[in-house]
Amino acid sequence: MIRTEELLLNVGPQHPSTHGVFRIIVKLDGEVITEAIPVMGYLHRGTEKLAEDLNFTQIIPYTDRMDYVSAMTNNYVLCHAVETMMGLEIPERAEFMRLIVMELQRVASHLVWWGTYLLDIGAMSPFLYAFRDREIIIDLFNELCGARLTYNYMRVGGVKWDAPEGWLDKVRDFIPYMEKKLDEYNNLVGGNEIFLARIKGIGKYDAQTAIDYGLSGANLRCTGVDWDLRKAEPYSLYNRFEFDVPLGKTGDCYDRYLIRLEELRQSLRILKQALEQMPSSGEVMGKVPRVIRPPAGEVYVRIESPRGEIGCHIVSKGKAEPYRLKFRRPSFVNLQILPKLLVGETMTNLITILGGIDIVVGEVDA
Amino acid sequence: MSENEEQNKEQNTEQNTEQNTEQNTEQNTEQNTEQNKPASSAEQAEVSISAEPSIVAETTAAPAVDPEREAKLKAAAEAREARAAAKAKAESEAAPEEPKTPSPKQPLLDETVALIRSLVSEDAVEEAYINEMNAHMPVIVVKGDCWSEVAQLMKTHPTLDCDYLRNVTGVDYETHMEAVYHLVSLQSKQDYAMKVKTDRETPSIASATPIWATANWNEREIFDLLGIDFPGHPDMRRIMMPDDWVGHPLRKDYEPLDPEV
Amino acid sequence: MGAWLDESLTWGNALIFFLWGVILLTIVLGFVTYAIYFERKVIGWMQLRIGPNRVGPLGLLQTVADIFKLLIKEDTIPRKADRVLFILAPALAYVPAFAVLAVIPYTQDLYFADINVGLLYYVALSGISTIAIVIGGWASNNKYALLGGMRSAAQMISYEVPLVISVVGVVMMTGSLNLRLIGEHQGNWFWEWNFLPQIIGFVVFIIAAVSELNRTPFDLPEAESELVAGYHVEYSGFRFAFFMLTEYVYVYAIAALTTVLFLGGWHPPAPFLDFVPGIVWFLLKFSCIVFFLFWLRATMPRIRVDQLMGFGWKVLLPLAILNVFITALYLELFIKG
Repeated sequence: MIRTEELLLNVGPQHPSTHGVFRIIVKLDGEVITEAIPVMGYLHRGTEKLAEDLNFTQIIPYTDRMDYVSAMTNNYVLCHAVETMMGLEIPERAEFMRLIVMELQRVASHLVWWGTYLLDIGAMSPFLYAFRDREIIIDLFNELCGARLTYNYMRVGGVKWDAPEGWLDKVRDFIPYMEKKLDEYNNLVGGNEIFLARIKGIGKYDAQTAIDYGLSGANLRCTGVDWDLRKAEPYSLYNRFEFDVPLGKTGDCYDRYLIRLEELRQSLRILKQALEQMPSSGEVMGKVPRVIRPPAGEVYVRIESPRGEIGCHIVSKGKAEPYRLKFRRPSFVNLQILPKLLVGETMTNLITILGGIDIVVGEVDA
Repeated sequence: MSENEEQNKEQNTEQNTEQNTEQNTEQNTEQNTEQNKPASSAEQAEVSISAEPSIVAETTAAPAVDPEREAKLKAAAEAREARAAAKAKAESEAAPEEPKTPSPKQPLLDETVALIRSLVSEDAVEEAYINEMNAHMPVIVVKGDCWSEVAQLMKTHPTLDCDYLRNVTGVDYETHMEAVYHLVSLQSKQDYAMKVKTDRETPSIASATPIWATANWNEREIFDLLGIDFPGHPDMRRIMMPDDWVGHPLRKDYEPLDPEV
Repeated sequence: MGAWLDESLTWGNALIFFLWGVILLTIVLGFVTYAIYFERKVIGWMQLRIGPNRVGPLGLLQTVADIFKLLIKEDTIPRKADRVLFILAPALAYVPAFAVLAVIPYTQDLYFADINVGLLYYVALSGISTIAIVIGGWASNNKYALLGGMRSAAQMISYEVPLVISVVGVVMMTGSLNLRLIGEHQGNWFWEWNFLPQIIGFVVFIIAAVSELNRTPFDLPEAESELVAGYHVEYSGFRFAFFMLTEYVYVYAIAALTTVLFLGGWHPPAPFLDFVPGIVWFLLKFSCIVFFLFWLRATMPRIRVDQLMGFGWKVLLPLAILNVFITALYLELFIKG
């Protein structure tokens, strides 16, 4: 007479907390998940396929649309890959400009994460606070390159535009402001018992699992693995600055939260030093052939995006278009651990864990 | 359109084989560059030193009537010759230097290859070279049959200790398919590119998912977009494209449903 | 008003009852309209926004426009829904919400029904809304709605218990379940109000009340980031409006009940402020509680369902029972003796 049944629930592709068109099919026993099957591809635009018919300058705008919350780092990884292949020298000022926008982008990206994560957990206000401060960065980028989200700012060999008059001062003013706001944010939610109870000990994994699943960014560092590409395999000018890589101990959502907040601070620290050391004038575009034609061969470069290791693998046949272009998208790789983490958790924790991984669906699907 | 494509393909394959032989002999990549840069057609690429002198010869041989024009042409030709000469000189200077400075990673590569050969199989490594362009990354081309054991070795051997799989890329070279596994050891920070080749008709490479869980979705993506099968994979399904999709979009011979789009 | 209830029912006083009912309904609807407006404004200000400001002066007609929109919207019922239950649920939710208002006294003289088990009546009727929510969730034939409905059932049952036990202390001190008497029993100094001697009961009551209202941080049944909208995910148009209405009428009811039970009802905080009419004091306290509820919503994240249950049964219930014991001891040792 009484019969129990597994409940098959489709979370997404239209769901407020999957951050875009991502879908998870969960099998529920009551509210406890017995199996989770992620389904993706709803936002697959075939960036890699499209790139095979485009020259490298034309590909840059496509990278903006992968991780649209952190477009600057995407720009950089492609330009960096091509520059590595061609052995190009980047003018110092250009490299500084790149570094500054990348770190600003990291701040903006982490702010979006912070806001949306708390929104997922049910606190509405922090979202709007985070977006207020992100807005300042977005406005700065708007002034720099005329776009608020898809910047298309970097070029092979440098950046498209130098900082306009007074722009660097605005960045300089932003740093102490943001530092103050970070304290405010910490006061706002850092001690909230409900919030802590929601994220402490949730979505736990150990260092070995994290490495095995190829996690990167805060998802890897929360287990205590010291692996930040800015330090481990320095690119750009990162070896010129002093900054710490925050590490976690327990590998739960709370550690990931703390690490991202600390990374915000460290990014501001890097920005401060970068603004001090930056040459006051100079070229922002290196000597680059008119047609960018990397030599035949292949290259894999990787940088630390706000979400983890973003890599770019180019196979070139000496043409203006790549023969094969592959992006290692951190969201895509990080997401793989999700089905493993979800088994035995409740529906509510699904949202907490998914939010903690910090995905951008544009990047998962590319 | 289709004719062009075919031509392109032919060229590509020719270049490709050429490259492979070059790589086999572990030639300098810089030289590669020089050869391939003007190579809009495969014929030109075959001119060994530089394509420019031949162009110069052609232009000078052309019948010239106008003395002014002739003078101009001559000047231009001289300039070109000078440039070509400079280039040739630079090249000849660079070329003999090459064997003198082998990559700093060469001993490491040799060691690793020796290790694989001794512990897995004598013929496990098809070739091994240093990708100098990419910060001297050691590249090891592994024989498809031995890939599982080599992968296991790469991960577990204490001196290699490649515990972290950063990326898997599938490439369609038109003559063959290839999967590139980028490995890194988080302790020694040494990275490797492991290549596994397979034929295009029934592409199949042993899955690395049992060894590195990272490979799971990456291999699914390669299967989806390139059609390489990974036997041993726990869940081989399409990942990006719809389940009923026909064809593998990233293959070079893929014909889109609507070419206009 | 209360006196009429004792008379025999004639057409005349039936009409009067009806008219009073209509008046109360109008007042409640007015309250709901502007509570929503107020909530959006307050939360807007807390979140660096301005809130509604387009329809009417200062956006005052925004809610009116919203309700009008809901009224003229197409009424959709999912094809596989259980039609009868689906239609019944919103009405079933709303009726008890409105019915509980009958026992709330506003001042010494302004009240509707002077029932000697007023508090019990309130608690008993408000429990019916849970059934409506479960029915709504079930009848929608939607998994999110079902989960929302189930959560709601679990939550409301768990929190009904501490809620009721937390007010037992007040009942013991007054010696009556009649809400008017409870209000009357509290003195003219603010320390004579029940919230100080009954501080444990008061805190437990507030927490359990917020939970009963399904409001943040206990808004699990409709947790939009997990269950999209919970039990009313399939409802639209006026049926949805009814659920919304129920929620805000309960805000009204709980705020009024808290005022009467713990905050001295219509009593001024000090005797020399007696010249201000009692209804003003009542409304003032009432507004403070309503504001408190909105404030919570802008501040708190959402608790998890198992934590909610644990909190209800392991913390609130023992506290409430402890409160009953302490009150009993106090009464036995100091008052009686």
